[in-house]
Amino acid sequence: MSFTRRHALMLAPLAVAGAAGVAFWKMLDRMSEGKFDPHALNNPLVGKPFPDFAVSPIGPGKGFTAADLRAAAAVKPVLVNFFASYCIPCAGEADLLGSLSAEGVPVWGIAWKDHQKEVSQFLDRYGDPFARIGNDETGRVIIDWGVYGVPESFLIDRNGIIRWHYAGGLSDDLVHDELRPALKAIA
Amino acid sequence: MNIKAARMTSASLGVFLLACTVAPAAFAVADPKEMLPDPKQEARAEAVGSQLRCLVCQNESIEDSNADLAKDLRAIVRQRIVAGDSNQQIMDWMVARYGNFVRLRPPLMASTVLLWATPVLGLLFGGLAAFYGRRRFGTPPAPLTTAEQARLRELTGAP
Repeated sequence: MSFTRRHALMLAPLAVAGAAGVAFWKMLDRMSEGKFDPHALNNPLVGKPFPDFAVSPIGPGKGFTAADLRAAAAVKPVLVNFFASYCIPCAGEADLLGSLSAEGVPVWGIAWKDHQKEVSQFLDRYGDPFARIGNDETGRVIIDWGVYGVPESFLIDRNGIIRWHYAGGLSDDLVHDELRPALKAIA
Repeated sequence: MNIKAARMTSASLGVFLLACTVAPAAFAVADPKEMLPDPKQEARAEAVGSQLRCLVCQNESIEDSNADLAKDLRAIVRQRIVAGDSNQQIMDWMVARYGNFVRLRPPLMASTVLLWATPVLGLLFGGLAAFYGRRRFGTPPAPLTTAEQARLRELTGAP
């Protein structure tokens, strides 16, 4: 029996389905290895300098400006953490931020449209990992940073470039798989 | 069904239909204070805003969302319209901060070519399938010749 056009036409859909199957399998495989996250929120600022901003005093913090952050990061890379006192995942990552801070990673906090009393209570209750704290009173700072919601973390290198970003609460796995390698790369 | 029940059913149906027509409008910009005084500018703001994804709820536009961030983004769209920015400039401002994800209508680029080409590919494959299907099943077989009819009678033994 020779290979006719009819056979080719019958095999074509099978080949397409097979290719789609392989593609899906590869995607699932990459997802399980943590190399691909379809829900990941990418920030176009990664690889670029952080935007100009100023945040006002809140809680025990005196607030800070882009110039303060740039100066501090030039000495040692800074992890900037956007949080809010009412935010549950922020409370969930507080211990992790605390241990990073204890290790010597400077962690700077920016609260989103928050209030004096609530922020103080939040830090009393879950610990204060922050070297500097400020409040984004108007909500414009988080928009200029392209923040989706709290919590969100950015790693700033010595040149003031955002090297790594994660939208959501930090976890042990994430710190181990992504943040530590990123810190090591710019150390 | 008695008359009272019937009246109630039609009344609740009326309320339901009214809700259907009124509800979508009620979800847009909830606070009239947010709206621009110039209806032309407000219409532009709504057109731009309805193309921007609410980043909290993700499948709503910022015009439809009550999220805090969406409210702030709506205000920024209106500020920039008053300041004289074009729709494209506002879109670029948003994309610079939130990437192409903020656009509810994905732009045509390498990673979205297949997405945009899908309707054309669907028509193409559908058309090919219809064409070949017609060719295969479309032409009826030619009627039997006299000799064939004779042979058929001989085989079936019919008179």
